[in-house]
Amino acid sequence: MAKYNLTVNNTPYTVEVSPDTPLLWVLRDHLNLLGTKFGCGIGQCGACTIHLDGTPTKSCLLTVSLAEGKSITTIEGLSEDGSHPVQEAWKEIDVPQCGYCQAGQIMTASAFLIKNPNPSREEIREAMHENICRCASYNRIEIAVEKAAKKLS
Amino acid sequence: MTAKKNTIDRRSFLKVSALTGGGMIIGFNFFSACKPEVELPKEIDVSTLNFKDFNGFIKIADNGMVTIFAPNPEIGQGVKTSMPMIIAEELDVAWKNVHVVQGGLDTDIFERQVAGGSQSIRHGWDPLRQTGATARQMLINAAAAKWGIDAAECTVEEGVISNSKGDKLGYGEVAVEAAAMDVPKDVHLKEPKDYKIIGQDIQNVDIDEIITGKPLFGLDYKREGMLYASVLRPPAFGQKLKDFDDAVARSKEGVVDIIKFGNKLAVLANSTWEAMRAKKALNAIWEEDTKLESSEDHDKILLDLLNGKKFKTLRSDGNIKKAFANADQVLERTYESPFLPHNCLEPMNFFAHVTDEKVELAGPIQTPKGTAERIAKKLNRDFKDISLEMTRMGGGFGRRLYGDFALEAAEISNIAKKPVLVIFSREDDMADGIYRPAIKYRISAAIKDQKVVGYHLKEAAINGNMYGLIPNFFPAGAIDNYQVDVANYKSNITTGAWRAPYTNFLAFAEQSFFDELAETMGVDKIQLRLDLLQKVKGTTDVRIQYSAERMESVINEVVKRSNWGKTKEGVYQGFSVYYCHNSHVAEVADVEMENGIPVVKKVTCAIDCGIVVNPLGAMNQVEGGVIDGIGHAMYGDFNFTNGVPQSVNFDTYRLIRMKETPIVESYFIENDIAPTGLGEPTLPPAGPALANAIKAATGIRLTKQPFIENKEIFG
Repeated sequence: MAKYNLTVNNTPYTVEVSPDTPLLWVLRDHLNLLGTKFGCGIGQCGACTIHLDGTPTKSCLLTVSLAEGKSITTIEGLSEDGSHPVQEAWKEIDVPQCGYCQAGQIMTASAFLIKNPNPSREEIREAMHENICRCASYNRIEIAVEKAAKKLS
Repeated sequence: MTAKKNTIDRRSFLKVSALTGGGMIIGFNFFSACKPEVELPKEIDVSTLNFKDFNGFIKIADNGMVTIFAPNPEIGQGVKTSMPMIIAEELDVAWKNVHVVQGGLDTDIFERQVAGGSQSIRHGWDPLRQTGATARQMLINAAAAKWGIDAAECTVEEGVISNSKGDKLGYGEVAVEAAAMDVPKDVHLKEPKDYKIIGQDIQNVDIDEIITGKPLFGLDYKREGMLYASVLRPPAFGQKLKDFDDAVARSKEGVVDIIKFGNKLAVLANSTWEAMRAKKALNAIWEEDTKLESSEDHDKILLDLLNGKKFKTLRSDGNIKKAFANADQVLERTYESPFLPHNCLEPMNFFAHVTDEKVELAGPIQTPKGTAERIAKKLNRDFKDISLEMTRMGGGFGRRLYGDFALEAAEISNIAKKPVLVIFSREDDMADGIYRPAIKYRISAAIKDQKVVGYHLKEAAINGNMYGLIPNFFPAGAIDNYQVDVANYKSNITTGAWRAPYTNFLAFAEQSFFDELAETMGVDKIQLRLDLLQKVKGTTDVRIQYSAERMESVINEVVKRSNWGKTKEGVYQGFSVYYCHNSHVAEVADVEMENGIPVVKKVTCAIDCGIVVNPLGAMNQVEGGVIDGIGHAMYGDFNFTNGVPQSVNFDTYRLIRMKETPIVESYFIENDIAPTGLGEPTLPPAGPALANAIKAATGIRLTKQPFIENKEIFG
């Protein structure tokens, strides 16, 4: 066990966990931030995507020690009330089916649109390729990212 | 409005009472089969709603706001939105004044409180409308009594009752009086043309919670003092636990206890990570209990079954033997599919807290009642001790019909006497599945004088065979000499329902076969199907499940919408049509060649599922079903070696991803027929539409899933 100081959604936290604990489980089990989801544990599905200093990062592969001193943003911190343009677009398009993967999808999309505010459909498909939606709401994700880009510009 | 013949004893499933603090509460059961002989108390507090007596409640507050407590498990199919929409329609309130809450905390007496078989809306259609209409009539009656006029002189619009003098009363103003009225004998149901909510695009009622990451799912469930349990199960189907050494695992940080139950070991720890990590340190010795099976064995066994004589005949018309003997030409093809795991993105999990007083359960489950019953039996507990809270489900696809994970949680908590959340890792989820069984089909057709005169379908499946209704699907009734034969092999690998059971692969076999049959006969592929359907029109065979007219209409619709045969150069199209879950669906896949490989770009889908309650949600189901069908036909592959699954995570098991997905265009046939299934029926025709398009693009006929394994096409 060791102590780690983390900054999540601009809030400082101190947690005492094993050094090999993935950030995903620190968020979920220790900080009670349950919006970040567990899907595969090996960085293949994207359900656990968070922003680490603005970069979309799979928190299931990121050990807690590597997250220290970085700015961590989770779905709970993307906006206070769901008013981030990506969240709004997700709502307007009514993207989710079961909804389980959507926090990860939204985190990937929101980081991508900062890097590429005016993407083509092909660029959107490329950017979202790492996030699995088992219900296959892919068509709507594609349209929602495009819509969010328009809102942001 | 129309008076509908009342087939349901409304008073038995609907009880009304006043609400403490004003307003009215209506207790009802979503499904007519449910007839509890209970009364609501004269005045009740909404916090003490008894979901044991009723599975649904409508609360009409004194400000006119309506809360609908919806009972059905939500797995992403949208019933938490669409079922309340049906009530609100007949109640005649504005949707913006409706608030939907997941009800049913105690679920043990519910009938059909099940998500599966695309049946929620089909079964709920009449009772839900009756419930809403009854409540509306009681409110009208209360207003009429207040005004001293006949109820027939009143009209309603969006929760406001008016009379001819221009007086108005909101629902909230008469809710208390309405609660004291008799439940009316006859109610009027709206004509579909008068619908204001049904048929509108209504957003998912949980959308805000989903996009902001609120805890909704089973894995998000927490309880003070709860332990996380990671379970070690036999690595191979057919193995059992011989011995184990847990000394190293016990020494790991955070481990509270290690429990043996049956052939399994559960690590209980203070956090998920600690439980999963310590599980890897367990040293277990396994021994062979029953034969360890491999996919190669299954392939041989199933082919032997197809070649053999151990069939059971499910339907036989005419004389296929004679038809084949006298045929000018015979076409015979064999189609093969692997096992498939469900891979719900939220891995299996369940919460249980077993004490001497009660058994508390919570989590994602498609079959709350059956699961609670199994747990009561397993723990030898009185059924009334059990409560089950349903969480939202991160996908189901059939996997969450089986409560094995809930049973594990209950067993572990029963031994540990602590609140426990059992969490499957992805590897657990994939390796300890209840899979879509591997199946092989052989279809033969006899052609005589350019007509299909004989059709013989044989199924060889692992563990179980197609449901009894399926042999009465197309082309039953369309071909004089027709026979369906099935055989199965009992395996120790667990199998079960997977989105559109049996038809998810049978449709591929059948609709690929009909394309090839048309090619063999030198006739138009779609015309061949249309010609066959003519014979079914006006059939007196009550076993026939599908409607030739409705199938014809989806075919015509998809031909028109897909620009069938008129696409630009380089676009290759494939067609399929299928009936299942009481709905008719036709699909056309558009494929283009990119770098020598066929890529699916678009799927056009025409659906007849009767009245579409929520088009926005319905289209989401269609898009998902089609892409799911394409994805699993293309990539889904799951094999066993000596009882051990050969892929256990997404690095080696391929699911369809964004860049591989076609755009799906959906078109619903407009009619006033009561709604039928939609969660499943768009999936089965997707695979064959793609295979038929790939044939058009490459000249190569696929007979085996997954398609990606075909080296000739995909390199």
